[in-house]
Amino acid sequence: MYVAKILITLRKTILDPQGKAVEHSLKSLGYDSIKDTRIGKYVELKIDEKDESVARTIADEACRKLLANSVMEDYSFDVIKSEE
Amino acid sequence: MSKAKVGIVVFPGSNCDHDAYYVFKDVLGADTKFLWHKEGNIEDRNIVVLPGGFSYGDYLRCGAISRFSGIMQDVVRFANNGGIVIGICNGFQILCESGLLPGALLRNQNLKFLCKTVSLKVENNKSIFTYKYDVKEDIDIPIAHGEGNYFCSEETRSELIGNNQILFTYNENPNGSVNNIAGIQNIYRNVMGMMPHPERASDARVGKTDGLRLLQGIAESVV
Repeated sequence: MYVAKILITLRKTILDPQGKAVEHSLKSLGYDSIKDTRIGKYVELKIDEKDESVARTIADEACRKLLANSVMEDYSFDVIKSEE
Repeated sequence: MSKAKVGIVVFPGSNCDHDAYYVFKDVLGADTKFLWHKEGNIEDRNIVVLPGGFSYGDYLRCGAISRFSGIMQDVVRFANNGGIVIGICNGFQILCESGLLPGALLRNQNLKFLCKTVSLKVENNKSIFTYKYDVKEDIDIPIAHGEGNYFCSEETRSELIGNNQILFTYNENPNGSVNNIAGIQNIYRNVMGMMPHPERASDARVGKTDGLRLLQGIAESVV
């Protein structure tokens, strides 16, 4: 069993208004050194495969086909062995 | 008598399906039926409408889940065979997610859900959707969306302009859309998507009527 921990964010070139709004709040708390805030999604998949590379391929396909929209989003993930 | 046979696709969470049904059936007198996403049969339809709403609760991304529902495979086939498909609001989002239209719809730039009547410009009246309007005509149509900020790559933007695919633009951009885009058609000119709601501006008894010519034009384009 593997767990894929997937992060999906708006592409770097796209303005993230939600991130900007949060950044303003952080600034008002005094965190002047925070220069950029971007908000995304976290998806966790449990994948019942024996081979890590197969689990990776499945996670990547899931991202490409459904979890992320390549027009507006980037994704990255880690695949970790799980005992469950 | 119109030869239009309109199918309004209903997903769990669709909420403008009855408005679209009312205009096609009761205002325009077209043969109209609902198509429940699980068992709807589009075979005998010649116009398919993807209505507004929050299909599948807008989970993951607006339109992302609906795209994989059974009926959408049929709608994609229908469109690829030249069938007329229009997507309004959430329907536009579904068309973009399914690849029938280019681009994607992002969160409104000001993060607000916008519900108001806006002024649109008809950019192109040489389409089966807009031929009843004058080119550059201003029309008032309501919007009601949180994710209506049309986005596409620079390359797609040039193609939309070069191929005259932009049908409607906002006179005052409410949501941050690229090129003020409010509605587009595909390159084959049989699929259209728009964020504003023409079906909410089609009966004088409940408001404006600038949307009626769009839906009437589509219904009458079937011969």
